[in-house]
Amino acid sequence: MSRSVRQRSRWWWLAGLALVLGQAVHAAPLAISQLMASLAKQPQGAATFTETKYISILDQPVESSGELLFIAPARLEKRTLKPKPETMVLDGATLILERGRRKHVLQLKDYPEVAGMIESIRAALAGDRKALERVYHLALDGSNERWTLVLTPLDPKVGAVIARIQMDGVRDEVRSVEILQADGDRSVMRIQKAETP
Amino acid sequence: MTRRGRVAIALWLAFVAVCIVLVGRTSFTADLSAFLPSAPTEEQQLLVDQLKSGIASRLILVGIEGGTPAQRAQASQALAARLRADPQFLHTANGETVGMERDRQVLFDNRYLLSPTVSPERFSVEGLEVAVAESVDLLASSAGLLVKNLLPRDPTGEFMQILDALGGESRPNMADGVWVSRDGQRALLLIRTRAEGSDTDGQERALQAVRAAFQTGAASGLQLVLTGPGPFSVEARATIKQEVTRLSGLGTLIIVSLLLLVYRSPTALFLGLLPVLSGALAGVAAVSLGFGVIHGVTLGFGTALIGEAVDYSIYLLMQSERANPAGGEPEAGWITTFWPTIRIGVLTSIFGFASLLFSGFPGLAQLGLYAIAGLVTAAAVTRFVLPHLLPATLRIRDVTAFGTRLQGGLRPLSRLRWPLFGLFLAAIVVLDMQRDTMWNQELAALSPVPAADQAVDMAMRADLGAPDVSYMVVVTAADAQAALAASERVGQQLQGLVEAGVIASFESPSSYLPSVATQRQRLASLPETDELRRRFQAAVVDLPVRAERFEPFFADVAAARNHPPLTRANLEGTSLAQGVDALLVKAEGRWTALLPLRALPETSQRIDAAKVRVALAATGLAGVYFIDLKGESDRLYAGYLHEAILLSLAGLAAIVGLLFLATRSPARVLRISLPLAMAVAVVIAGLVLAGQKLTILHLVGMLLIVAVGSNYALFFDRGAAEGSIAPRTLASLLLAVTTTVAGFGILGLSSVPVLNAIGMTVGPGAILALLFSAILARRA
Repeated sequence: MSRSVRQRSRWWWLAGLALVLGQAVHAAPLAISQLMASLAKQPQGAATFTETKYISILDQPVESSGELLFIAPARLEKRTLKPKPETMVLDGATLILERGRRKHVLQLKDYPEVAGMIESIRAALAGDRKALERVYHLALDGSNERWTLVLTPLDPKVGAVIARIQMDGVRDEVRSVEILQADGDRSVMRIQKAETP
Repeated sequence: MTRRGRVAIALWLAFVAVCIVLVGRTSFTADLSAFLPSAPTEEQQLLVDQLKSGIASRLILVGIEGGTPAQRAQASQALAARLRADPQFLHTANGETVGMERDRQVLFDNRYLLSPTVSPERFSVEGLEVAVAESVDLLASSAGLLVKNLLPRDPTGEFMQILDALGGESRPNMADGVWVSRDGQRALLLIRTRAEGSDTDGQERALQAVRAAFQTGAASGLQLVLTGPGPFSVEARATIKQEVTRLSGLGTLIIVSLLLLVYRSPTALFLGLLPVLSGALAGVAAVSLGFGVIHGVTLGFGTALIGEAVDYSIYLLMQSERANPAGGEPEAGWITTFWPTIRIGVLTSIFGFASLLFSGFPGLAQLGLYAIAGLVTAAAVTRFVLPHLLPATLRIRDVTAFGTRLQGGLRPLSRLRWPLFGLFLAAIVVLDMQRDTMWNQELAALSPVPAADQAVDMAMRADLGAPDVSYMVVVTAADAQAALAASERVGQQLQGLVEAGVIASFESPSSYLPSVATQRQRLASLPETDELRRRFQAAVVDLPVRAERFEPFFADVAAARNHPPLTRANLEGTSLAQGVDALLVKAEGRWTALLPLRALPETSQRIDAAKVRVALAATGLAGVYFIDLKGESDRLYAGYLHEAILLSLAGLAAIVGLLFLATRSPARVLRISLPLAMAVAVVIAGLVLAGQKLTILHLVGMLLIVAVGSNYALFFDRGAAEGSIAPRTLASLLLAVTTTVAGFGILGLSSVPVLNAIGMTVGPGAILALLFSAILARRA
């Protein structure tokens, strides 16, 4: 409970800061704090996604699609509809995978390689710069209209799995997430914002 | 003092000394095991073993409340770490993944021995194609990253098959890395003790260790909640101990005050209590000799019995012709005049309680033995020792005048004769109408655990998704391998029940450690390398993978083919070993495998036993039993309740027979037994009308009403034979009933159901037995 209060007060602070900075440096390149503030403004969001994985052991890329739902600050749901229905829910530090009749409950800290990847998406959607900077070096390029955020792992343990994560977006929307793995495999997730309900 | 007197006193002292030694060695318990049968069938024996020492009985549920979620999580981790290092505990789980690296390594390395899907079909061209296609699908999923690196070594996904088979259970909620309740307000842990559930001392030590471990690590403001069979029996023992001490202290105080008030002589008081104390000692010593341990309830009952045992000395002291200072021994007169009546009273009590000795319930048999030993000793000491101890100069207050006034008060009572018959009739009608519903058939009715604590236990179990272990299949076999093999056969049937929606899931020791035969069978279904390569090549023709990438798989399969079967020793230090140890146990040279079943949530935790039995019968195996712990123990209890009712009726018949032998007059037998029957009927009808469900302890109460009341009825009968009951006798009866009510009635205040039941029955019953005897007494 206290956690969400803290989070909200930080958003206010960031939002205020963004307002001041936004007026001062209008034409200048987008600042990370600015982007984070505008991302953080949305308490929740629903989207559809198409994910393509290029895996070396496979001759062809594999594709999956479904829905994404994010509820600030810590809940991310990924409902895959094709090729096989599957649900992944990240809530706090717990990851729940449901596939067919099987349900797996995992602790993120037990799977650092997965944690780094999933948490990056969640933290980006939440505009949680601190969480991102705990794990990654951030580099932002572009303007508010079209930006690219590149995350490079700080922890060598995560780096052994993930080479970098690149997010592209327009204003306060993340449009795609590309994850490049250390072994050269990569996945690209395209995100289409759903109509606000 | 006469020589005979000296011998009597010496014998008595020696007897008391022996009793004291025996009592000093006695330990006492307070769990429900005393109310479980002692000479059951094989199936019942399994049930009793499970209740006493099974996995369910060793389980302690731990809740940490108060503070912040982070503090609770930290306390949970600190507590778990300490308990994991303590050999008193077999297993501690709080949601942390401890030793997962090693678990995964063992599972992965032995996947071709452990995976239930390994079969010749799976390693055919078609089987391989299906399995690899499935793995490719999994790569596309969110879990893809987890399994991607495994694919070259495990393209058929055996590792995931094992994880699925082991991890299919629903898991508790998590927060901050530990298990929490659904509302998040309580951190949860699950502990299994090395001590058996019925080992109350061991459970108490374990609980102390948990509390100490919690204290050293926890932030202030956090509270520890412990439930489960162990904590409950420890707490029940403490409650019974405390209540027995408090209530018996109170009862004794009242009795002593009354006696002092009436006797006006400390010497008389002291001497009057000697038979009682001897009786109490003899009772405990007898039970200790006969049963090894004494149940807390027996002890509570025993202290109440003081109220009856003291009656004998009351009769001796008050009825003796002490007013005559002419010398001689006044007690000699009492012995010839009154002792025969009292002797019949003692004998009726013994006949009544003797019926309990035949009960299959050790608890009831204990009560019976205690009562018989206690009453016989008290009566014998009163008759053979006490007269020699009474100083010739002893004077107690003469109550003749009071008795005469009482006598006057008796006369109008006879007018109540017809209303009393009406009341009796009404009571009979009530009992007849409620005949089928007035008994509580559930063993839990005897449980001394407060409803609030049981509710917390239920809530924590539900939150833990947890091993209620109400239903299980028990497989017994001569050796571990046979037990595992039988578990596998049973498991196949149970899997069918899962798919048919009869049960939600089940656990089996063979999921953790398959039998050697099954492991060999699995290995035999692995083709040799060249053949595997050929089949794999054919299988992946239409799949987006190339066979050349899978050399690690071919190498692993080749290695597995030469792998010796897995044994318990290979699993050391893994959670698999804990699973095997919990579910595969050796007892008395035989091996028992336990397969706990889980009910579907929507069936309110009930399982259709008939369907399970049919499925088990289909295995054709001997030594396979389905156990419904609660249903079975209730059924057992109901059976023994029925048996106890029949035994009590037999006891009553014996009492009637004894009375006939003593009086040689059917009319007198009727006059003596009618008030007792009326008292029992009216008291029980009253309890039933008040909404009480009768338990086996109410039955004991009824026997006590007969045992106590028979003395009163006998004295009135004797009085009637002499014309009218003597004033002093009447006064002694009034004092006797008062002490009985003080002793037993006070148990009615107890919060322990079994003690309460005796108190609520005997307290009113004793008064009514005296009153009804007085009303029905024949007057000259």
